[in-house]
Amino acid sequence: MSAALKEWPLWEVFVRSKQGLEHKHCGSLHASDAQHALEMARDVYTRRQEGVSIWVLPSAQITASNPDDKGELFDPAADKIYRHPTFYEIPEAVGHM
Amino acid sequence: MYTQSFSVSDEPGKPLKPVASTEPVELMARFDARIDADGRIEPQDWMPEAYRKTLVRQISQHAHSEIVGMLPEGNWISRAPSLKRKAILIAKVQDEGGHGLYLYSAAETLGTSRDQMLDGLHSGKAKYSSIFNYPTLSWADVGVIGWLVDGAAIMNQVPLCRCSYGPYARAMVRVCKEESFHQRQGYEALLVMMQGTEEQKAMVQDAVNRYWWKCLAMFGPPDADSPNSVQGMRWGIKRISNDDLRQKFVDATVPQAKVLGVTLPDPDLKWNEERGHHDYGQIDWDEFWQTVNGNGPCNKERLSTRVKAHNDGQWVRDAALAHARKQQQRAMKEAA
Amino acid sequence: MSATANYLLHLADNAVVLGQRNAEWCGHGPALEEDIALANVSLDLIGQARLLYQQAANELGGDATEDRLAYFRDVPDFRNYTLLELPHHSALVGYAKSDLDYGTTIVRNFLYSALMVLVWEQLQQSKDEQLAAIAAKSLKEVRYHLRHSRDWLVRLGDGTDDSHARVQAALDHLMPYTQEFWTGSSMEAAAVAAGVGVDVAALKSDWDQLVDDALLEATLQRPKGEGYVTQGKNGLHSEHLGFLLSEMQGLARSHPTATW
Repeated sequence: MSAALKEWPLWEVFVRSKQGLEHKHCGSLHASDAQHALEMARDVYTRRQEGVSIWVLPSAQITASNPDDKGELFDPAADKIYRHPTFYEIPEAVGHM
Repeated sequence: MYTQSFSVSDEPGKPLKPVASTEPVELMARFDARIDADGRIEPQDWMPEAYRKTLVRQISQHAHSEIVGMLPEGNWISRAPSLKRKAILIAKVQDEGGHGLYLYSAAETLGTSRDQMLDGLHSGKAKYSSIFNYPTLSWADVGVIGWLVDGAAIMNQVPLCRCSYGPYARAMVRVCKEESFHQRQGYEALLVMMQGTEEQKAMVQDAVNRYWWKCLAMFGPPDADSPNSVQGMRWGIKRISNDDLRQKFVDATVPQAKVLGVTLPDPDLKWNEERGHHDYGQIDWDEFWQTVNGNGPCNKERLSTRVKAHNDGQWVRDAALAHARKQQQRAMKEAA
Repeated sequence: MSATANYLLHLADNAVVLGQRNAEWCGHGPALEEDIALANVSLDLIGQARLLYQQAANELGGDATEDRLAYFRDVPDFRNYTLLELPHHSALVGYAKSDLDYGTTIVRNFLYSALMVLVWEQLQQSKDEQLAAIAAKSLKEVRYHLRHSRDWLVRLGDGTDDSHARVQAALDHLMPYTQEFWTGSSMEAAAVAAGVGVDVAALKSDWDQLVDDALLEATLQRPKGEGYVTQGKNGLHSEHLGFLLSEMQGLARSHPTATW
């Protein structure tokens, strides 16, 4: 199995504080699944504050707009949030582990 | 929190290569203009390869420092002499883990992966702050680390909040917010000890004696011996020079030491009216480089502990992935 | 010592011992994210211990303080379940050294958290108002501990063949220690009679439900869990508590008059 497939996938974390109006991007973390990512996000980005709302999203699934100063000088394929994604994608049919 | 405030080449002794001018002229001009205007560079923006590489190295070194930094303090969690101190220390070490995590996240936006960075650390190629290669021999070391090591780190970190690379700057803002309690708690713990028994006072003074010079060295070699700093400053990554940060630290710390009632172990330390700063003695740079290059008292132990944790945990990480895949397959079967 | 003080010490000792054990993972976890999660669990438990010891100190009066109770009592005075003082590995004598096993940690946290969600819920009705307040706070925390440990139990049980075998072994090792939850003790009986404590034996079928559900999902076999019944809550401990307390208490005891 390739090295990339052994890593927990990367998730982006968005948190809306109790008094907040919208979810803010906090950063990322590695987790094996969405539930795990949510629990981790709680521990890492909210330190158990009450009344917060957490969203987690696989980084690879986020589509981003292109940077402002584009023109012909930017890479047109750069619609992912990171320039060189090394995200692990779970293949559909996985053999025995 | 615990960063070396200078970028150590992964091969110390060999200076970083100067920036090659093979990058497209117009993109470089635009990039430089944005830096000069104190603007931010974001993950999707074009950047010179050297800038990207420097940042990956600096941010990952910073992250590694946080993680390795959990060990000297973690050494005293089980023995903390009161429940309050135990809780504070666990929280602090946990914060350090969290800071490592924010920083790994920031580095990953530049195209490296957590596993790649950990490989760098575990193979011994990547550096981390040299201060963590020294042992924590008494409970007072914990307080001194909070006061002096975190104090030094804060000096370095606040300017990084204005670093040109957006994700790093934002991670640093988050880190600094959480950091302020660390130094205060360390200092407060020392204050209590210095008002306590003779044994406690002696414990504190001994810790200060062992850590003072090491903390001064944390700011990196003198400016004259730091060629890499120039490029870092040009790119808005490094904001203040090593010597300036070190001087700031000494000036801030001397009065704090006075309040505590400890003696800083430097006979040459004295106020210089003309300069408006404290003069201080010679740092042992040989010892510093020995430690940075792997020959400090705890280098091997720190690294092998991290390697062991990583290797011993492989079965756990594999299990989580395997379970996630099973869940996915079940979900797909159900949908079919 | 009053029934209330005795009971508070039992609850506090449980919390401090398990808090101490969970903190052993700091810097050694299988992933950075897990280091943080276990530190959270440990912090919650130390926090509970502090509140409970403080309340016990109030009850006892004199020169009792949270730290005098945690640091200056000896092994026979501790009333924690033996389950909680065990090191993070399979059965070995007190002075044997072994690596930390994450499966043991997770299974133990699960078995204990599953009990405490039920206990703290009931203790919200304790006649001792302070204890009731502590229960309300602790319940929120232990719900998270249960969720964390249960999720990991399932990941490991229904993960790889290797993880399944390891966590099944941990379960086989630890289940007999849960017998102690259900045996009566004069300490608990007195607390129940005073309206302060909970009749834990009455919670067994709910606990069984929680455990059976989780084990099913984790594809794990529930072991019979028979054999020697431990009596940690009565002060009769395993060899492990002595080593744990030596480490925990040593520094404080070297400076008996010091404040920290």
